[in-house]
Amino acid sequence: MAETQKGTFAVKVGLAQMLKGGVIMDVVNEEEARIAEEAGAVAVMALERVPADIRKDGGVARMSDAAMISNIKKAVTIPVMAKARIGHFVEAQILEALDVDYIDESEVLTPADDVHHINKHNFKVPFVCGCRDLGEALRRIAEGAAMIRTKGEAGTGNVVEAVRHCRAVMGAIRQLQTMDDDELYVYAKEIRAPIELVRQTKHLGRLPVVNFAAGGVATPADAALMMQMGMDGVFVGSGIFKSTNPSKRARAIVQAVTHYNDAKVLAEMSANLGEPMVGIDCREKGFTSYAQRSE
Amino acid sequence: MAEVPTVRVGVLALQGSFKEHVSSLSKLDNVVAIEVRTKEELDSVDGLIIPGGESTTMALVAQRWGLLPELRSFSAKRAPIWGTCAGLIFLADQASGQKEGGQELIGGLECAVQRNFFGAQINSFETQLPAPPCLLQYGADRDTFRAMFIRAPAVMSSGPQVEVLAEYKLTAEEAQAQGRSRVTVAVRSDHLLATAFHPELTEDLRWHQLFVDMVRQRKQADQKAGEQSRVDVTATSRPPLTKDLPIYTR
Repeated sequence: MAETQKGTFAVKVGLAQMLKGGVIMDVVNEEEARIAEEAGAVAVMALERVPADIRKDGGVARMSDAAMISNIKKAVTIPVMAKARIGHFVEAQILEALDVDYIDESEVLTPADDVHHINKHNFKVPFVCGCRDLGEALRRIAEGAAMIRTKGEAGTGNVVEAVRHCRAVMGAIRQLQTMDDDELYVYAKEIRAPIELVRQTKHLGRLPVVNFAAGGVATPADAALMMQMGMDGVFVGSGIFKSTNPSKRARAIVQAVTHYNDAKVLAEMSANLGEPMVGIDCREKGFTSYAQRSE
Repeated sequence: MAEVPTVRVGVLALQGSFKEHVSSLSKLDNVVAIEVRTKEELDSVDGLIIPGGESTTMALVAQRWGLLPELRSFSAKRAPIWGTCAGLIFLADQASGQKEGGQELIGGLECAVQRNFFGAQINSFETQLPAPPCLLQYGADRDTFRAMFIRAPAVMSSGPQVEVLAEYKLTAEEAQAQGRSRVTVAVRSDHLLATAFHPELTEDLRWHQLFVDMVRQRKQADQKAGEQSRVDVTATSRPPLTKDLPIYTR
């Protein structure tokens, strides 16, 4: 009998495949985690401060306290994700030791290495990474990411950057599909991505791993917009627990992601939600872009 | 040669790996695969697959749209249902390891399942398991099948009517922690099929063939009994927006 193998790439991508069509919610304590699970989240992202507060507080944002992550793991039965700083492979080792189900190597935290990302092949736990375009997505996959998300601009409640990054990836894939195979070498060089992944992406007509929207999704309509643009699912960070009625908004976004193509359902889900989080215009003077902290 | 009747197989498309199932089904002959989100779509199919995903999410969305009673009556008509992973939990009469307050199940399959039996994602694994005789009819040369376990449940005990199709021998470490040496990971009972693993993530189509044949036999039996064929809903599914993910070999 063939041996049992843990942490194969198929097993890592497999969990992301089970999350498709779902909403992953940022939570900062057990109570919020329970609300998220009760609302139908497919997973929670355990962190000390949601991105909106990281923006407000400034300073260096790091991996969350280990006890806090463990407590959230105990509170829910759905998968628990946690964030490590870009390039901080020891934070990732700690998160793996804590049995988190997915690690987000995230630009929302202050990068620990401004050149190199974590070599994610060295881990059994799967990683999700952010991207702004196709080249960035394929570089992360080459490093071992088993799931991709748009970077967007976390903590803004403003979906414009997530839309930009989604269009950049999807548009590049459409362009790639019209190319002659002989043209792929130069294209791969131009987008700074491995040729094999470029070829595979052209062949598939999509990213070779699950691709979620993130960074600014705040309403059921935002979530459905990202789904209609071809994303596999949605991360909602500050958008839920920075609104006035988190439980109701969380449920509405979950329903909107399942029925993203049904405007009648979306209308129903958009009624009486209370105040959304206050948004930030990314063109304002003094705005700090998290998306541009890594490439 | 008698003509092979076409069957309509639905995949519950509330959340999870439903596109993967549709893709596997569409590689088989004489099968129309559709995504099922509404009662009308459910009424139009001869059999249903409940895919992998988060069972709490699927239960919640199904409940919100009043689909649970519809799914139960679908099962009560003895229309074939196959649950993979989360789908197995849905079909089981008893599930442990649930979220606080529990979750709604469809039930009908006389077994007790343990949700997330193997623990966190780092314990998720793939392996080769011996193919049961019902699978060998579709390819006797392959006496094993690739089984992917993703935060998978396991069947802890099952009733006398339930046929065990596959078992997984626990590693020494798992056996120590669980106080048993093996668990059941695939079962069949009348119109219900359930697997803790994910054939939809592999290239092996034999589990889908097995289920489609269950659906076909059931449909033929119904037609002999003079039951009218189901409502034909044609314009149900939207055009696919996203393309298929690759199937990763190791």
